Amino acid sequence: MKLHSSYELLLKDLVDSDERFMIVTAENRAAIRNLPNQIGDRFIDTGITEQTMVGMCAGLALRGRIPIAHALATFLTMRAFEFIRTDIGLGNLPVKLVGGFPGFLSDGNGPAHQAVEDVSIMRGIPNMNVFCPADEEDMLICLPEILKSPMPFYIRYNNPRPIYSHDRNYKISKAEIVSKGKDVTLLVYGILFKQTYEAKEILEKAGYSVGLINVRTPKPIDEEAIIDASKNTKLLVTIEDHFLTGGLYSIVAEIFLKNKITSDVLPIALMNKWFKPVLMKDLLEYEGFTGAQIAGKIKEKLKQIKY
Amino acid sequence: MNEKEIFELRKTAFNVRKHIIRMSGKGGCFIGASLSCADMIVYLYKKYLNLNKNNLNSLERDYLFLSKGHDVPALYGTFVEIGLLEEERLKNHLKTNDFIYWHPNRNIPGIEFHAGSLGHLLSIGMGVAIDCRIRKQKNKVIVILGDGELNEGSNWETILVAGAKKLGNLIGVVDRNKFQANMATEDLIPTEPLEDKFESFGWEVHRVNGHDFERMHNVFTKLKTDDNKPKVVIADTIRGKGLPSIEARADRWFVNFTDEEVEMLLKELEGDESAQITSVPLHVR
Repeated sequence: MKLHSSYELLLKDLVDSDERFMIVTAENRAAIRNLPNQIGDRFIDTGITEQTMVGMCAGLALRGRIPIAHALATFLTMRAFEFIRTDIGLGNLPVKLVGGFPGFLSDGNGPAHQAVEDVSIMRGIPNMNVFCPADEEDMLICLPEILKSPMPFYIRYNNPRPIYSHDRNYKISKAEIVSKGKDVTLLVYGILFKQTYEAKEILEKAGYSVGLINVRTPKPIDEEAIIDASKNTKLLVTIEDHFLTGGLYSIVAEIFLKNKITSDVLPIALMNKWFKPVLMKDLLEYEGFTGAQIAGKIKEKLKQIKY
Repeated sequence: MNEKEIFELRKTAFNVRKHIIRMSGKGGCFIGASLSCADMIVYLYKKYLNLNKNNLNSLERDYLFLSKGHDVPALYGTFVEIGLLEEERLKNHLKTNDFIYWHPNRNIPGIEFHAGSLGHLLSIGMGVAIDCRIRKQKNKVIVILGDGELNEGSNWETILVAGAKKLGNLIGVVDRNKFQANMATEDLIPTEPLEDKFESFGWEVHRVNGHDFERMHNVFTKLKTDDNKPKVVIADTIRGKGLPSIEARADRWFVNFTDEEVEMLLKELEGDESAQITSVPLHVR
C-alpha cells in the first residue's frame, strides 16, 4: 500500500474506497479538520460527549461499519472507559479509538489532560489492542493494516515529523527492530522514540553497542523481540511517557515471569506522578526525558552492572 | 386491531408471564421489572416491529435494544412465544451449559446487544439509527429504557445528541413502572415531569398505558419515523403486573422464589387467591 502524506489523506482514501469506514469525533477535530466538508454523512461529530460517541460507534459497528473515533486521549479512555470496556471490548467490535494529545503531547494543559495511564487501562481490556506510533511516518505505515483489521484498537495519535526512516513492512504485533546491540537494548513506544534515538547515538559515540526497538503495539506485544533482546544484551531499558504502573515496564515484567527469565531492566517512565505542565522542550528537560538525560541514566546503570 | 388480535396478544403476554415466573425460582430473576414491560415487549414484537427469526441478518429490519437489561426474562419469554428461542432453553437459566442469565447477551439469537450496565444502549441504538438514515433505509430502532435507568447521565447526553441529530427513526420506550431497585423513583430522584424533559431536548413525546394493547397500537402505529424528531413513548406500567401479591412493591425487585412459591404464583396468575410469599428479596444492588 502506498504511504499517504498525511493522516487526513489516509482517512479520506479509506472512506472513499471502503464503505465500512466512518470518521467520528467528540468535537476534537485537530487531526481531521478538513474531512467534514469532504466526506459528508460519513463524518459524525457528537459534540463533547465521549460516552455517547463510543456507544454510537458500537451501534455503527453492529451495522458493519468501522468507526474511527477521535477525542482527547484522557477523556476518551477515562470518561468513556466503561463504554469502551463493556461495549467495544466485550462486544469485540472493530472500533478504532484515536486518542489525541496523549502522554507528553498534552504539554501545557495540566494533569486533567494528561493521558499517562491510557496504555495500561486500554491493554487491560480483553480484545482491545493498543498502537503507539513513533511519529507521523510510523503512524501512516502501520495504520492501514490496523484500521482494516477486525480488532478493536486504541491508538495514541502522534504526528511529529520523523527523524528516522521507518521499516515499511508492517504486521500487527511485530515491533520494528531499528538496531541490535550487545550492551543495552532500548525499548520505546510513541513520541519518545526521537529522544531514545538520540540517546542511542550518544551511547554509541561513547562506545556502547546499542539495540533499539520501536514497540509500535504494546498490545499485542512482540514477545519474541523482547525475549531475544533480553538474551543478547546486558541491560534492557523501557522508555515511555506513561506511569510506571501498567505500561511497557509492566509488560516486560509479565513476559519475563511467564517465560521464567530475568534481566536487568531500567525503567524510564513517570514514577506514578503527573508531569510538569509546560511546553514540550522544557517538559522533557524538567522530567529528565531528553536524549542526553536518557543516555546519562543508562550510562549510570551500565556502570552498576557487574559481568 | 380487532378483538381477536387483542385476545391473542393477551394470551401471548399471559404465557410470557408464566415463563418469567418460572425463571424467578432456582436462582431468581428481576421479576418485578420483567412483568412491568412484558406487555409492551409482546406488543412490539408481534404487532409493530419488522423483526423475526427470518430477517435477523438483514440490514433492512427493525431493531429492539433492551437497555434496562435486567428485565430480560420478558424478552426471552417473548422470544419463546414468537419462535426465536426454544422453550426448553429457559430451563437452562443460570446453568453453565447455556448463556441465559440475569442480563441479555448476544449468544441468544435475537438479542441485539448485551446489556446490564444502565445508560448504554440508547447511544448504541443511536449509532444504528444514524446508519439506517445514511443508507436511506426505513428501519425503526427501539430502545427500551427503565425509568430508574434515567438517573444515568449518559442517557441525557444521548437524548441531547439524538435530538440535535434529528433522528426520527429512533424511538425510546420508557417502562415507567415508577420503581427503581430499592424504592419509588419519585422518592429518590424525581423523574417527573418526564414529558417536559424529553420535549425540551427536541423529542416528540407520547404517553400511554403500557398494559393496554389497543392504546399502545394507536400510539405506535401513528409514529412518523421519517421526520426529524426522535420519539419517546412513556409507557405507564405497574411493577410486578399480573401478580397482585407483588404488584407495585419496592421489595419485589429481584427475588429468588422457592419451588412452592413459583407454583403458587403461577396459580395466582391464573386468578387464584394471592400467593403467600415468604422469600426475602435479594438486594443484588
